[in-house]
Amino acid sequence: MAWFNRTKQNIEDQQSRDMPDGLWTKCSNCGEITYKKQLEENFYTCPKCNKHFRIGSNQYIDLLMDEGSFHEEATDLVSTDPLHFVDEKPYTARIAKGMRDTGLRDAIRIGTGTIEGLECTLAVMDFSFIGGSMGSVVGEKFSRAADISRQRRIPLVAITASGGARMMEAAISLMQMAKTSVRLAQLAEARVPYFVVLTDPTTGGVTASFAMLGDVTLAEPNALIGFAGPRVIEQMTKKKLPEGFQRSEFQLKHGFVDHIVHRKDLRRTLSRLFTLLPVPAKSQEIASNGLHARAEA
Amino acid sequence: MAKYVLEFERPIFELEEKIAEMRSMSDQLDIGDEIEVLEQKVERLRVSVYEQLTRWQRVQLARHPDRPYTLDYIALICDDFIELHGDRAYGDDKAIVGGLARIDGIELVLIGQQKGHDTKENLERNFGMPNPEGYRKALRLMKLAEKFSLPVLTLIDTQGAYPGIEAEERGQAEAIARNLLEMARLRTPIVNVVIGEGASGGALGIGMGDRLLMMENSWYSVIAPESCSNILWRSWDYKEQAAEALRLTARDLLEMGIADGIIPEPVGGAHRFPAQAAEALKGSVLPAIRELMGLPLEMLIERRHERYASIGVWTTAG
Repeated sequence: MAWFNRTKQNIEDQQSRDMPDGLWTKCSNCGEITYKKQLEENFYTCPKCNKHFRIGSNQYIDLLMDEGSFHEEATDLVSTDPLHFVDEKPYTARIAKGMRDTGLRDAIRIGTGTIEGLECTLAVMDFSFIGGSMGSVVGEKFSRAADISRQRRIPLVAITASGGARMMEAAISLMQMAKTSVRLAQLAEARVPYFVVLTDPTTGGVTASFAMLGDVTLAEPNALIGFAGPRVIEQMTKKKLPEGFQRSEFQLKHGFVDHIVHRKDLRRTLSRLFTLLPVPAKSQEIASNGLHARAEA
Repeated sequence: MAKYVLEFERPIFELEEKIAEMRSMSDQLDIGDEIEVLEQKVERLRVSVYEQLTRWQRVQLARHPDRPYTLDYIALICDDFIELHGDRAYGDDKAIVGGLARIDGIELVLIGQQKGHDTKENLERNFGMPNPEGYRKALRLMKLAEKFSLPVLTLIDTQGAYPGIEAEERGQAEAIARNLLEMARLRTPIVNVVIGEGASGGALGIGMGDRLLMMENSWYSVIAPESCSNILWRSWDYKEQAAEALRLTARDLLEMGIADGIIPEPVGGAHRFPAQAAEALKGSVLPAIRELMGLPLEMLIERRHERYASIGVWTTAG
């Protein structure tokens, strides 16, 4: 028996999350208070200051894909613990907790569907599952998404959100950078377009592999995008980091991003890109029939 | 005598010093037999110490400042070598060296990360932590190799790509990612050898290919044990446990099916006997290069793709 029981039902536990569950949301950037429904209609961005809240795969699938068109693939893949990794707690416990807290099976979901009627493969990451880290399952599922795009000759879209490679699978995680790059080399060889949308945050081994290999690279406003995390850089260089360091606008300025796109415009932008960068006919067909082969394909 | 002695090497060194001291007196005294006994003892001690190394001790060996680095191996194994500088876009990164080499009659492109043996050289080499232009220089040299059908040999030895402000401005992540994509499809054989430390994407940035060999006392993983300790244990003090958990030694990576072979080092480590270590490296690398040069290109690339496709462990839930 507890020493006393909570009597009032209106006391809520404090939640420190980027995207709270309550009816009202206070913007962590400008303090603006927005009604939940309004926030949803505004694509989970602050109507006043434009801050893009972190959202998950469910929301991105809803925002981007035509209603009911998304067919999810490889839903049964789950991480095991090949190295029997234990730090403060066992890796198996972290996986179980990740599943319980998020309702997801790992940090990425893949599938096919249409955006404004145009077919594509979508690979969308969830930062809420062990920091969006890439282990065997993320590597394998991303690879399968690239394979689907290559076989069906439909564009691949990746929405990235990750702290990097997953430490608890050690060298196996590191090699997922190589594995996903191999699949993108095959996709490039087949000449099927690959579009990346960088969201907050995308760092480490994911940035240094498939996130930076898009034919066209988009970013949401003010997303943290980099190789090393800001704290690591500060510790190493003992320098104060400049304002806006590693944000989307910084990456645009330095030439690593094609466009910064507001979340409300993502769907439209992707469908325009699909039509402006159509999947060409196979190389052999163009070699024998000229560029006309493309229109007939 | 080595300048830098690790804790577990100390008993060996003490015995060796004693032998040296006795030698200096042996023309006055008849102690040849005793010296011989001690020499046998030091040999046995060396073997037993090196048989029981922990993973953290291997990490320490991999970082030993007297250990041969890329330029040392080049001097020991190449019949000829001309270094080529610069990425043709920004600058020349001294943390990565590369150039045209000949080993036993085989012309090849050799690329490796380069640490310094002392503070001055380390500052010049940025402690072997490359900037983006280092990876871009490496890519330029790999493309050169592809163009002229030369095999590529890369020597990996880095505690990571440099986490600096300018490195981020110039696209550290893009430079590494680009190299991964290009190494995946480079139409010429690539052999990778971890000669010391292989930390994270900074190592992998020159580390993809058809064969991965590791020196016996090298390590390769997703993160250095100290950094792993700092993140997962929220303290720098668990580096030994982190090294164990990461399973980062050559034998571990062989068991995981990631490394293809271990290059044995002389007992006592490459830092004590660099010439022997170089001979062992050459002896392992050359047959691999010769074998890969005999494969049809399409098969070479297909096998490389399969090699990476097979890495990963998962299960399926209902």
